[in-house]
Amino acid sequence: MKDSVSLENLTIEDLLSIYPYSVEFFDINGLPIDDVNNTVKDYITSLPYVFLEDMGLNQEDLLKRFRAFMSRMKDIREERTFSIRDITILGGRDKNEKLEEIEVKINIGEIICIVGPTGSGKSRLLADIEWMTQRDTPTKRQILIDGSVPPRNWRFSVEHKLVAQLSQNINFVMDICVGDFIRLHAQSRMIDDIEDKTRQIIFHANELSGERFDLNTPLTSLSGGQSRALMVADTAFLSTSPIVLIDEIENAGIHRKKALELLVGQNKIVLIATHDPLLALMGNKRIVIKNGGIQKVIETTPNEKEGLLRLTEIDNALLKYREALRNGQLLDDIK
Amino acid sequence: MKFITFSGPPSSGKTSVILKAMEELKDKYFKIGVLKFDCLVTDDDKLYDAQNIDSRVGLSGSMCPDHFFVSNIDDCLNWGIRHFYDILISESAGLCNRCSPHIKGCTAVCVIDNLMGINTPKKIGPMLKMADIVVITKGDIVSQAEREIFALKIRQANPDGIILHVNGITGQGAGELAVLIENATQVETLKGKELRISMPSALCSYCLGETQIGMDKQKGNVRKMELD
Ligand SMILES: Nc1nc2c(ncn2[C@@H]2O[C@H](COP(=O)(O)OP(=O)(O)OP(=O)(O)O)[C@@H](O)[C@H]2O)c(=O)[nH]1
Ligand SMILES: Nc1ncnc2c1ncn2[C@@H]1O[C@H](COP(=O)(O)OP(=O)(O)OP(=O)(O)O)[C@@H](O)[C@H]1O
Ligand SMILES: [Mg+2]
Ligand SMILES: [Mg+2]
Ligand SMILES: [Zn+2]
Ligand SMILES: [Zn+2]
Repeated sequence: MKDSVSLENLTIEDLLSIYPYSVEFFDINGLPIDDVNNTVKDYITSLPYVFLEDMGLNQEDLLKRFRAFMSRMKDIREERTFSIRDITILGGRDKNEKLEEIEVKINIGEIICIVGPTGSGKSRLLADIEWMTQRDTPTKRQILIDGSVPPRNWRFSVEHKLVAQLSQNINFVMDICVGDFIRLHAQSRMIDDIEDKTRQIIFHANELSGERFDLNTPLTSLSGGQSRALMVADTAFLSTSPIVLIDEIENAGIHRKKALELLVGQNKIVLIATHDPLLALMGNKRIVIKNGGIQKVIETTPNEKEGLLRLTEIDNALLKYREALRNGQLLDDIK
Repeated sequence: MKFITFSGPPSSGKTSVILKAMEELKDKYFKIGVLKFDCLVTDDDKLYDAQNIDSRVGLSGSMCPDHFFVSNIDDCLNWGIRHFYDILISESAGLCNRCSPHIKGCTAVCVIDNLMGINTPKKIGPMLKMADIVVITKGDIVSQAEREIFALKIRQANPDGIILHVNGITGQGAGELAVLIENATQVETLKGKELRISMPSALCSYCLGETQIGMDKQKGNVRKMELD
C-alpha cells in the first residue's frame, strides 16, 4: 500500500476499489459520498465549514483522521494472524512477598489448567498474561513472548490482543442471524475467504452441540449449549488471539473434549481455570496457585490419564441420567 | 495535580471504572477528588463516599449541561488545588452525543459499553472520537466475537486513541487504567486552556424560557429542518 499521505490524492472511486474497507471511514464519520471522481483531499476541502462544525471537526483534523484511519486499518489487515510460538511466565512474588522461584514455558497447542483455592490468585495470573506484565503488577511477574520482551504498544493494540475469553455467563446480544454474525466478524477481521470460514464455523459448532442450527437461526434464539458451541468454533477460526482463556465451562452442555481439541488444533494455547477434575486431566500440565504464587507445576501423569478414562465413564453415566431426566423417564433402571 | 476528564453515555460504567481504578491506587496513598456533573439527580457521590473518595456534585438542571460544565470546570480545578488532591477526576454523563467535555492538554477518557450496539461508535461524536483513552466495559456479558467487532468499530472512530477493556464489576483491566491515570497530564490551571471542540451554539428564545410553540415565538439562533 502507498503511504497514507499519498492515499488522499486517490479518487474516492479508486480508494474504495483498492481498499474496500475505506468505506467505513466515510460511514463512521457521517460523510456522504457524492462525487466518486473527486480525490479524497478535494472532497475533504470541499466540505462546508458548518457541516464540519456540527461534527466538531475541521478540514485539517479530518485529513489527519483519514491518514490515521488508513494506516491503522492497514496494520490490522497485515497483522491478521498474530502468531506466536510460546509464552514464558517468570516468577515474581506471592502475597507475602516470598519469591516465586519458577519459570513456566507454555507452547502453542498446549492445554494448561490453573487450579487453586478461591482467592489464591488464579484470575490474577490470567490477567498478568493478558496484560503481558513486565514486573508492573502486584505479583511482579514477567511475561515473555517467544522468549523475549513483547513491544510495549502491544498492550493497547486491538490487533495484538493476546487473549480471547470464553466463559459461562457470556451471551450473544446482537440482533442478527448466525450467518450475518459470522460474516460481520470475518469482515471486521478483514479476511478474504469469508464464505469458506462461515461454512467451517457452522460445521464445527454443530459438531460440538447436540441440537443443530443453521445460518438463518437468529443469534439470540440459540440455546445456551448452541451459543457456547458457536463461540468456541468462532474463536477457533476467527479470533486473532493465540491464547484462549476458559473459565469453567463444565455445565455448558457441549462436547468439552472436542471443544478443546478444536481450539488447540487451530494453534492456540488453551488456559483453563477449573475445579473440575475431568477438565483438569484433559490438560498436559496444571499450574497450582497458592497464596498468590505459583506453588508448582504438575505434568499430567500416565496414571492420571488412566484415571481420566474412569472419570469419563462416570461422566457419561451422569450424562445418560440427565438425558433420561430430560425425556421424562424414570431414573431407576439406566445402564 | 493530575486532572482527567471522564465522559460517556449514561450508565456506561464510568463510576464503576473510576472506583476500580482508584482501588488499584489505594496502596500509594494518593489524595483523590471527583467531580460529578449530571443533569437532574445522581447517587454517584454516595458510591464515591463509600470508598472514602471525596466528591462534589454539580447538577445543571434547566441549564445546557455542556455550558454548565465549561462555566464551572475551572472553579472545580481550583477546588482540587485548594484541597491538595494528587488526582482530580471529572465524571460527566453523556450530555448529548455530540459534545465532549474534553479539554486540550488534559487527559480525556471516554467510557462506553459493549451492550450499546455496533452502530453506537458512529453515533457518538467527539466525546468518543477525540478521547485519548477509550475504556470499553461490560465485556463479561457479550461474546468474544462481539467484543472484537465492537473494538474495531471504536478503532475506526478513534484511530489514534488507546483502547482498553475494563470490567466495572470485577475490576479486570483497572490496574492498567490506573497506570495510565498515574501518568496523566499534570494541570495547575485551566485558565486559557481550550475545549477540544466548540460547545453547541444556542441562545434562541427557548433558551430564555419561552415555552409556546410557533414561528412567531422562534427568535435568535434558530435552525430549521428541510422537509419536503
Ligand atoms: N456486567 C457488567 N456490568 C457493569 C460493568 N461496568 C459497570 N456495570 C454496571 O452498569 C451499571 C452502571 O454503572 P455506573 O458505573 O453507575 O455507570 P455510570 O456511567 O457511572 O452511570 P451514570 O453516572 O449514571 O451515567 C451498574 O449497575 C454497574 O454495576 C461491567 O464491566 N460489566
Ligand atoms: N502475588 C500476589 N501479590 C499480591 N496480590 C496478589 C497476588 N496474587 C494475587 N493477588 C491478589 O489477590 C486477590 C485474589 O486473587 P484472584 O482474584 O486472582 O483469585 P482467584 O484464584 O481467581 O479466586 P476465585 O477462585 O475466587 O476466582 C486479587 O486482588 C489479586 O490481585
Ligand atoms: Mg477468579
Ligand atoms: Mg456514574
Ligand atoms: Zn451537547
Ligand atoms: Zn435555545
